[in-house]
Amino acid sequence: MAVGKSVNRVDAMAKVTGRARYTEDFYHPDMLVAKYFRSSIAHGRVTAINVKKAENLDGVHAVFTYKDVPENKFPTAGHPLALTEDHKDAADRLLLTRDVRFMGDEIAIVAAENELVANEALKLIEVSYDEYQPLILPEDILEENARQIHEGSSNIVGEHTYTFGNDVDQAFEKADHVLEGSFRTAMVQHCHIENHISHAYMDDLDKIIIVSSTQIPHIARRIVGEVLNIPLSRIRVIKPFVGGGFGNKQDVILEPMVAFLTLKLNGRAVQINLSREECIIGTRTRHPFYIDVKTGVMNDGTIVARHMDAISITGAYASHGHSVAAAGGSKQSSLYPRAATSFHARTLYANTPVAGAMRAYGSPQIIYALECATEDAARKIGMDSVEFRLKNVARQGDMNLLSGKEILSCGLADCLIKGRDFIGWDEKKKEYEKFKTGPVRKGLGLACLSYASGTYPVCVEIAGARIALNQDGTVHVMVGATEIGQGSDTVVAQMVAQTLSFPYENVLVVQAQDTDVTPFDTGAYASRQAYVVSNAVFRAATDLREKILDHAAAMTDTDVAGLDIVDGNIVDTRKNAQVMDMKTLAIDSFYHKERGCQLTAEASFKATTNAPVFGCTFVDITVDIPLCKIKINRMISVHDSGVIINPVQSGGQIHGGAFMGIGAALSEELLINPKTGYIYNNNLLDYKFPTFTDVPPIHHDFVETFEPTSAYGNKALGETPVISPPPAIRNAVLDATGLCINSLPLSPHTLFTAFKDHGLIDEKGGDNV
Amino acid sequence: MTGGHFRQISFTVNGRERTFQIDIRKSLAEVLREDLGLTGLKQGCGVGECGACSVMVDDVLVDSCIYLALWVDGKQIRTVEGEAREGKPSKVQQAYVDEGAVQCGFCTPGFIMATTSFVEKCKGKDVSPEDIRKAHAGNLCRCTGYQNIFTAIEKSIESD
Amino acid sequence: MFDISSHKKAGSVKEAISLLTENPDAKLIAGGTDVLIKLREGKKQFSHLVDIHGLKELNFIKKDGDNTIVIGSSTVFSQVIESDIINTHIPMLADAAQSVGGPQIRNIATIGGNICNGVTSADSASPLFALNAILSVQGSEGARDIPIADFYLGPGKVDLKHTDVLTAIKVSPENYDHAFGCYYKYAMRNAMDIATIGCAVNLKIKNGRLQDYRIAFGVAGPVPMRCPRAENMARGQALSSRLIEDISQAVTKEVTPRTSWRASREFRLNIITELAKRATIKALKRAGEELS
Repeated sequence: MAVGKSVNRVDAMAKVTGRARYTEDFYHPDMLVAKYFRSSIAHGRVTAINVKKAENLDGVHAVFTYKDVPENKFPTAGHPLALTEDHKDAADRLLLTRDVRFMGDEIAIVAAENELVANEALKLIEVSYDEYQPLILPEDILEENARQIHEGSSNIVGEHTYTFGNDVDQAFEKADHVLEGSFRTAMVQHCHIENHISHAYMDDLDKIIIVSSTQIPHIARRIVGEVLNIPLSRIRVIKPFVGGGFGNKQDVILEPMVAFLTLKLNGRAVQINLSREECIIGTRTRHPFYIDVKTGVMNDGTIVARHMDAISITGAYASHGHSVAAAGGSKQSSLYPRAATSFHARTLYANTPVAGAMRAYGSPQIIYALECATEDAARKIGMDSVEFRLKNVARQGDMNLLSGKEILSCGLADCLIKGRDFIGWDEKKKEYEKFKTGPVRKGLGLACLSYASGTYPVCVEIAGARIALNQDGTVHVMVGATEIGQGSDTVVAQMVAQTLSFPYENVLVVQAQDTDVTPFDTGAYASRQAYVVSNAVFRAATDLREKILDHAAAMTDTDVAGLDIVDGNIVDTRKNAQVMDMKTLAIDSFYHKERGCQLTAEASFKATTNAPVFGCTFVDITVDIPLCKIKINRMISVHDSGVIINPVQSGGQIHGGAFMGIGAALSEELLINPKTGYIYNNNLLDYKFPTFTDVPPIHHDFVETFEPTSAYGNKALGETPVISPPPAIRNAVLDATGLCINSLPLSPHTLFTAFKDHGLIDEKGGDNV
Repeated sequence: MTGGHFRQISFTVNGRERTFQIDIRKSLAEVLREDLGLTGLKQGCGVGECGACSVMVDDVLVDSCIYLALWVDGKQIRTVEGEAREGKPSKVQQAYVDEGAVQCGFCTPGFIMATTSFVEKCKGKDVSPEDIRKAHAGNLCRCTGYQNIFTAIEKSIESD
Repeated sequence: MFDISSHKKAGSVKEAISLLTENPDAKLIAGGTDVLIKLREGKKQFSHLVDIHGLKELNFIKKDGDNTIVIGSSTVFSQVIESDIINTHIPMLADAAQSVGGPQIRNIATIGGNICNGVTSADSASPLFALNAILSVQGSEGARDIPIADFYLGPGKVDLKHTDVLTAIKVSPENYDHAFGCYYKYAMRNAMDIATIGCAVNLKIKNGRLQDYRIAFGVAGPVPMRCPRAENMARGQALSSRLIEDISQAVTKEVTPRTSWRASREFRLNIITELAKRATIKALKRAGEELS
C-alpha cells in the first residue's frame, strides 16, 4: 500500500546532490540578459523618454519602451479561461507602461550581453514624469476627487456582498451581546528562495520556447498567446524544477516579455532573472486587508450572527484582484456554518506593489479577523475558548449554506480536542494565572481554520494523467499537476502505485512540465492538485490496470477474472501463485508480433466537487514586556485534510505553512512610505522572515477523515497551515497581557506602541508591574 | 569585455585540479556556475543573506555570491556536486532525503554544505539544539519551517 | 558580476600602502562583505580595488609581552569566536562576534572591516569602546595609534587617510584584567540581522562595589558611543537593583538615537534602558555576582 506511507520524495535525491535543474541552470553563454527600467516614482505619467544613449552603449542589443509594445491590455492572474464575462479577470496591464502606478513600474527594458552592461544602460535612460500624489491609504484612494489609478475604475477593482442563514439583522437584535472589532493585516511577500526567472528562444522560425519558473505552464502559454496575438500552438512552455512559488508564480509575470523579446531579437535566447530586490517589489505580494467584524453571541455560547466588511488593497494592477477577497470571504461558511452571516468586500487599486495570489488566497486575512473576533466573543461571555469553538464550529453533515453543499467530512472538533490535549490547555491555563502581571507574562491561544480543495464552482477544475508501461515493467506517469516543491509528483506516484499495485519505486513521474507534451492541467494553486488530480490518476491507473490484466490473460490464455496484480507481479488469485513478473508482460506487450501494443492509459477529469478542509493551531507563549518580544514556547497545528497520503511530507507542509504564519504574525511586513510609495525593505536582511534560530519546534497532528469525493479520500493541505497561527498568537497575547492588539504583525514596534498606550511600559522605559 | 579583466588561476574543485582564465569581476558563484557548469549552488539574493550559494573553500563555509572568484587561486573548493561519491549520497545527503528535509530544493545544496561543514567541525563534540540552529542561521528556507532539516542534521551528527 | 575596473593584490601591508598611493581612487577590500555588496549596488567609487583578502600578516590574535591583546585587522569573526585568548580574557568580544550575520558571513567578514566601515551598528564596535581599544594604523606617512573613541568621525566616516591601513586592534591588560563584560544585541531576528541597539558593559568589582564601570552602545547615536556620565555615577557604588535602575535611567540622558524606518527613537530609548539593565546583570553574573 503506497498511500499513507512516508515514502521519500521522487525528486529528493536529485535535489540533495545538486543535480536537479532549475530554470537558471539552463543558462548558456549566448543568452542575452534583459533588465527592466523601473519607475522611480509611484504615481505619474511619462512625459518624455530618451533611450538613445542606452542603445548606443557597447553590448546593448535593444531597448524597448512602452511605445514599442502591443497595445492590448491583458490580465496576469493564473486563472483558467472564463467563458462568461462576469468571471473574467481585469485586463489592465501592458508589457510596458507609460502610466506609472507604483514605484518600480516597468517603463522600458534593455537587452544586453550581460548584466553589467544592462545595468549600465539602465543608468543612461532619461525619463521625465508628470507626477501625481501617490494613493496609498484607503481613505485617500476612495476620496471623491481622487485620481483614478486606472481610468474608469473609480479605483475599485471589485465589490460583492453575500448573506447566508437566518436574517442577519434580526439575529443581531436577538443576540445577548454584540461585539465589534477592527483588524488590519500587513503586506507580506512570498520570498520563495528562487526569484522569478524566465528565458525564451525560438527553435524554428515561428515557434517560441519559454523556460520558466511557473506554477501554471498551461495558463502561461495561453496568456502569452493573447498578449502577442500568436496561436497557442506556436508557444511551448517548459517548467523545470521550481524553487518555490507560494502563489507568486501563479501569475504570468515574465513569460510574455521574454517571448516578446525573442520575437523581436530574431529568436535569440533572452533571459530575465529578477534580483531579490526586484522580485519583492516587482512581482506580487499578499493583499493587506482592513476588516471590521461584528459578532452576535448568546450567553450560552452560540454565535448567532456575524457581519464582516473588508477592504482589500490590490495595489497598482488587479492581478488576482477581487477574487482574493471573494475566496477568503467564502471560507467562513464552512467554518461557522450555523451563524447568520453577511459579508461585504471591496478591492481597491493603490499606488503600491501589486498584490496577487499568496498561500491560502485571502483566508489568512479573513480568518485572522474572524478568529480574533471569535476569541473576543468567548471572553465576553466568559466561556472557555476551546469549549466555545466546539459549540460553534462545523460538524460533518452541516450544510455549507453559501455553496449549498453538505459538508461530507469534517474532523474539526477532534482536531480541537487533540490540540487542547497536546498543549495541556487546562493545566497551563491554571499555571499561567500567576503570569498575568510583571515583566514576563504567559498565555495560551488558539484559532481554527477552514479552507477548500480547489476553486470549483468559481473556476473549472480539470486535471489530466497519462501512464505508460515501460519495457522493464515500470511505468512512467505524466501529469499536468505542477510540482513546485510541495510534493505533488510524489503523491501522484503513490496514488498510481496504490491503484496499479506496483512497488512505489517502479512508478516514475516525468519531472518537468512541457505544454507540448504533458496533459492539460491548470496548475499549482488553491491546494487543488492532489485532490483534483486524484480522480484523473485513479481513472488512468484503473484503465491501465485493466489493460495489463487483459494482456496477461491473453498471454496465459486464462480468464482475466482470476488474475490480479500484487506488488507489481501478475498473480493467479485462484491458485494464489505468481504467473509472471511485469517485465515479462511488458516485453511481450511491446514485441510479440501479433498480440498486444504499448500499454498506456490516459484520463482527463473535471472535478465538480470541492471538499472543505479544517484545522486549528494552539500556541503557548511568553511575552517579554520591556523588550516587546513574543517567544513561542510550544505550538501545534492539527489538520483534517482527509486521508494523509504521505505523513512525513504532509508534516513538512504544516511546518512550512506554520512557519510562514509565524513570520506573518511576528515580524514580516513590507514597509512602505505612505507619502511616496517607496518600499524600504525589499531584501532578505530587512524583510524579516524567520531564520533557523527564530522558529520554535512546530508540532503537528492529523485527524484523518475520508473524503468521499476524492479518489483516495484526501483533501487539501498545501496552503491551509499558514492560516491559523497568526490569530492563535494574537489570542495568546490577549491571554497573556489582556490587550487586544488587532493589527499584524505583532512586531516589537507594534507591541511597544500597544504596551505604551496601555501603561505596560512607561515613558522612562520602566514597566508598570 | 576587455582582456584586462581576465586572469589565470588554478584551484581544486571536488578533488580535481583546474586551471582557468577567469573574469576577475566574477563572483565565485558565477565562475562555478557559468565557467565550470557546477549549477548545484543556487543564487537567491546575491548579497550573502540567504546562503543558497554556500560552498566550502579550504573547508571553510562561504557564500560564493560575495566571494571574488580570484580569491580561490591555489585553494580547494567543495561544492554539493562533490559530496555524492561512487553513486552514493553522503550521509548528510541521505539524512536530508530520509527525514523529508527537502521540498522545493532550491536552498538544499547550500544547506547540505552548511550541514557538512558543521558535522565535520563538530566531530567528537557535544552539540546542542542551539548549536545546530546557530550553525544553520545563514541558510534561509521558505518551505520547511526548518523542522525536518533540524531532524536531518541531528541524524547526520549521529550517523557520523 | 561586479563592476571592477582594476584589481591589485597586495602581498603585504607595505605593498597595500604603495598601491593605494599609486591610485587615489582605489579602495581596500578584505573580507568583501561590505565592498562587494556596494559594488553590486553599482557604487562606482569601489571599482578600483587593492586586495588584502587573507593577508597573513594581518590575521592573528596574540598576547604581547606586556599582555596587551592584539588582534590583526583581517581576523575574521569565526576566529575571534574560537580564540582561547578572546574567550578567556574578553568573552564579550566573542559575544559580539557570535551575533554577527550567520556562519558564512562570520567566516569571511573581518573585525577590521567592521570597524573601518564606520557604521554605528557594527557589533564589534561597542565592546571595543568599552575596552578602550587602540587601533594601529599604517600609512604612507608612517604608523600611529588611535583610541577607538577618536576613530569615529561621523556616520560612515573614520579617521583613515587614503593610504591608511588598519593593521591591528589592541586591548591593554588594565582594560580586561579582572574585568567582566557582556555584549547584548537587540535585533528583530536572532541571526542575520543588524542591531536595533547593541550594548556592551565592561565592569570590575571590588568588595561588592563597582570599581570600574563602562557602558557602550551601538545605534544609540550616529556612531558607537560610551555614556561617561552614567559611568561616573556608577563607579564606586555598591551593587544593588536600585543602582542598575539608576544606570538605565542615566544612560538615556546621554544617548541620541534617531527615528528611522527601522525603529523609532522612542522605541530605541526603551530598548536602551532595558539593555543597560540586562547587559549589566549579565556582566555581573559573569563576575559571579547575583542581584537579589
